[in-house]
Amino acid sequence: MLAMQQSARVPRWRFCARPGLRVSASLSAMGTTSITVAEDPRVLQLLRRADDALILGHRLSAWTGHAPLLEEELALANIALDLIGQARALYQEAGAVSGHTEDQLVYLRDERAWRNCLLVEQPNGDFAATIVRQVLYSAFADPFWHATRDSEDAALAAIAGKAEKECAYHLRHAAEWLVRLGDGTAESHRRAQEAVDALWPFAGELFATDAADAAMIEAGVIPDPRTLRDRWNATVDAVLARATLTRPPGGWMQSGGRVGLHSEHLGHLLAELQFLQRSYPGARW
Amino acid sequence: MVNDEALLARAREIAAGVTDPELPVLTIADLGVLRAVSLRDGVVEVTITPTYCGCPAIPQIVAEIQAALARAGFAGTRVHTTLSPAWTTDWISDAGRQKLAAWGIAPPPRAGSGRALFAEDKPVCPRCGSPQTERISAFGSAACRALHRCLACREPFDAFKCH
Repeated sequence: MLAMQQSARVPRWRFCARPGLRVSASLSAMGTTSITVAEDPRVLQLLRRADDALILGHRLSAWTGHAPLLEEELALANIALDLIGQARALYQEAGAVSGHTEDQLVYLRDERAWRNCLLVEQPNGDFAATIVRQVLYSAFADPFWHATRDSEDAALAAIAGKAEKECAYHLRHAAEWLVRLGDGTAESHRRAQEAVDALWPFAGELFATDAADAAMIEAGVIPDPRTLRDRWNATVDAVLARATLTRPPGGWMQSGGRVGLHSEHLGHLLAELQFLQRSYPGARW
Repeated sequence: MVNDEALLARAREIAAGVTDPELPVLTIADLGVLRAVSLRDGVVEVTITPTYCGCPAIPQIVAEIQAALARAGFAGTRVHTTLSPAWTTDWISDAGRQKLAAWGIAPPPRAGSGRALFAEDKPVCPRCGSPQTERISAFGSAACRALHRCLACREPFDAFKCH
């Protein structure tokens, strides 16, 4: 009976539930059909960097309303804003070549077409996991963008000039938190160490390169990530030591994100991120 | 032509007078966000640069530049956004720094220590002038600000992040 009543009311309910939403008359304005992006090495490189920033920014934005302190809520939302801003600039560059808008690149690419590393799509977990993920990523992004300021690609160099300052600030903030957690109570130390151990196997992918990266390194578009490893090690070791945390042994590292082979978490993230444009094509607000 | 020069000076003056939506005491010229104003075939071309990549105020600043110039009788205005060279807090003018302090926001340190791990900026309290301050939060109510507290007068205050 209840089911029948609900069923009879579906059309009106659907209309009323989103009064602010305008669905354009032509549903083909931005169809539900997934797009395929022609990935020349430069577009692929832009997508790899943009997807890292967008996915991590999206993850961080989910803390809004749930962070342990009001100040930290502002901090995570601000870091998310910086990262999504960086992603937008990178998507605009990629889209100018591939013929897509930044919205199409974000809302209409299937999971297998996403090029972010696996680290950034890992769930927020507890606050320690979020902070450890941020330290591992920012300790790479900071020197990566710093070196990319000298890129032969003027557009990428311009984005790098802004991103490096933002990422340096994110790194400082996340590092301070990791010290507080690691060198805090027995419980915060335990959680921080568990997060370091769990996320460590995802750090290796930051430095991995393939033939497409090699072409960009050769052309002077990006620095060779392997040359940033010493700097990353020094940063992470210094933070872990201050935090009284133990660096896990090296060993086998996860990979696959750069070619679209993701962990089970990205699909769920995209389902939420893309739902509106997939269900209400061309919706604007 | 002299006429064009006068027109350009007028356009520049109007664009420079547009205020930042999040810092209404500062103009975009004070902030260093306004990079260039030129006149091409009667169309005013304005170039601005965002403070942060994700600065949400840019669309509003663009709209306000266009509205201000339209009110002054300029028929067409094109506003360009450029990322390079990257904006830095060192571009905030001396007048801008004074306005910030008067508004209760500590101006950013010059050529700062933003890249150093575990470093802490200690801005001077904009209310009582004491250098004895502590940071409450590295992030504040806007992308460009952090939250501090004065240990002398105990008042919390915003400080412009060094960038």
